[in-house]
Amino acid sequence: MGVRAQKLPPVLSLVFGALLLLWLLVATFPFAWTLWGSFKVEGDFFSKADWTHALTGPLTLAEYGSAFTGTGYEGAWIKEAFWRATLNSFVVTVAVVVISLTFGTLGGYALSRSTYRYAFWLLLAALVFRAMPPITLVSGYLLPFYRWNLWGHLPTAIFVLVAINQPFTLWMLTAFFKNIPRDLDESARMDGCTPFQAFRHVIIPVMWPGVITTGLFSFLLAYNDFVVTAMLLSKDNQTMVPKIASFLGTTQTEGNVMFAVSSVVSVTAPLFVLVMFFQRQIVSGLTAGAVKG
Amino acid sequence: MKHKTFLQFFLPTATAMFLFIALPIVSVVTQSLYAPHRQVIVEVENCTPFACTKSTTIDQAATQALREAQPLGRFVGLDIYLDRSHLAAEEIARLFSQSAGPGDFMRRLLNLPFYRALAFTLTYMAVVTPLSILLGFFVALGVNAIPRLLRGPAIFVSLLPMIVTPLIGALILFWMVDSRGIIGTAMIWLTENPNLSLKASSVLTWIMLIVYGIWSTAPFAFVIYYAGLQTVPQDTLESAMIDGASRWSRIRYVVLPHLLPLTVFMALIKIMDNFRVFEPIVSFNAGAHAQSLSYFIYADLSGETRLLSSAAATSVLTILGVLVLLSPVLVRTWRQFGKA
Repeated sequence: MGVRAQKLPPVLSLVFGALLLLWLLVATFPFAWTLWGSFKVEGDFFSKADWTHALTGPLTLAEYGSAFTGTGYEGAWIKEAFWRATLNSFVVTVAVVVISLTFGTLGGYALSRSTYRYAFWLLLAALVFRAMPPITLVSGYLLPFYRWNLWGHLPTAIFVLVAINQPFTLWMLTAFFKNIPRDLDESARMDGCTPFQAFRHVIIPVMWPGVITTGLFSFLLAYNDFVVTAMLLSKDNQTMVPKIASFLGTTQTEGNVMFAVSSVVSVTAPLFVLVMFFQRQIVSGLTAGAVKG
Repeated sequence: MKHKTFLQFFLPTATAMFLFIALPIVSVVTQSLYAPHRQVIVEVENCTPFACTKSTTIDQAATQALREAQPLGRFVGLDIYLDRSHLAAEEIARLFSQSAGPGDFMRRLLNLPFYRALAFTLTYMAVVTPLSILLGFFVALGVNAIPRLLRGPAIFVSLLPMIVTPLIGALILFWMVDSRGIIGTAMIWLTENPNLSLKASSVLTWIMLIVYGIWSTAPFAFVIYYAGLQTVPQDTLESAMIDGASRWSRIRYVVLPHLLPLTVFMALIKIMDNFRVFEPIVSFNAGAHAQSLSYFIYADLSGETRLLSSAAATSVLTILGVLVLLSPVLVRTWRQFGKA
């Protein structure tokens, strides 16, 4: 690598270094602040008297005899049954990832191997679908779903999320399959495989890197969704994100905000772990479309 | 691949998209042409020995029956599109004739709810997209300049604002700018105005939402630019150096042209994403000061009585907006395709 060609003069690298440091602070500080504050009582986290109370927690100390308390977590998880929302989120996320990857790999493979014009038009239609805000579709779901008694159930939300996720999945996987040489499955066809056998025995064994990357983004879409889950699920079937929104919506009773703060930390923690383990795949997935052109 | 095989492979995804994307669009368009039924009113004559009085009451049973029989409502054509909370045709016509100059016209136009939502959405898109790309670019330059060992952790940290659930990321910021939160306290201290509340003013709410937007979308630009910087053609750079090109000319003629296509791609994605801005408005509880088109639909749908027709009309207008935004891409691909 031509390191020499890109070496910066000291002044510039100092400026960039300082900017970077500032950005890293801005990117992490809110999370650190909220994590720390989630173990305090509301009077400390939102302190009218002195902002340092959020760090030292005098009211928490007075109330519970320690500067840290788990009452926010206890209240959210046990009293407000956040565990149920967690379970729902788990079911929705896993189902969405599995189903949309199954549909997406089949469809993406077909698009990547088709030489006809309609494959192009289908991809273009998918691009338009991808650009539409999901809430515009939600207003189309409500009336039919009420009429046919589909509203409020987890499977409904799962299928809606799968469908909304398909355009993106198709784009990612089509690009990925195009990089797998055609010779591979064509030679399998020569040897007498049916198209499905060729897919099963030749493509499936080599497709996992692309599928994992795409799956990460499907996971994020399902896990982070608010629009679909908030509008289409009944109160009992709520997933985590709408549940947090409902903590805020109800009348502001003492401590309710702390339930929201502690659930926010609970929802964010798995995402941190995810980024930690799959950082490389996330970066490569984000850049797949752009850098290759 | 043969048509039949293609269909077999493509059928599941096509069914999913047809049922839950294409049909709902049809459903939205249809719904937007119907308005809810009026209540059925009956006239009842009450006679007392002295006189008879007529009074009107609502026939609950008949109203219910009518709503059951025709759940879509009554057909009103384009009325909903033209009413006051959407395109407001009458109001605009009146504004044209009455308003004193273009400034006054704009100010009064923005009092109409749909145009206010449109204005916020477009402002958000137009400010957040370039600023987040710029910030991402500088972060990428910074990360590119630090030792290789530190880059992994720096990338990890930089990804967080983008990966975290939008509703939650916005909530975290919202709690910090609360007048009792850390940023809110700092602002009060800086401005020496004890009554400063970021939530109470429209301008400050807009700024807050835009800051959140930049914070949460800069990582995407960073990742793309960082990857782009790794693939800058080194040979070209070195030959430029040998030919005596200055640092600036190397950046101007080698690095920037390499990054330009990435910028176009990224701007396109970000424009699409920022056009649908929604969650931060829910988190910031900012519906009173700033509504985006998505939030406008959400507010109609989540009220006490769900205003399906109104939401449907806004949805159709939003989809049209998306098509307008995408039209350069669509036209370009169509032209390229025509040539091929």
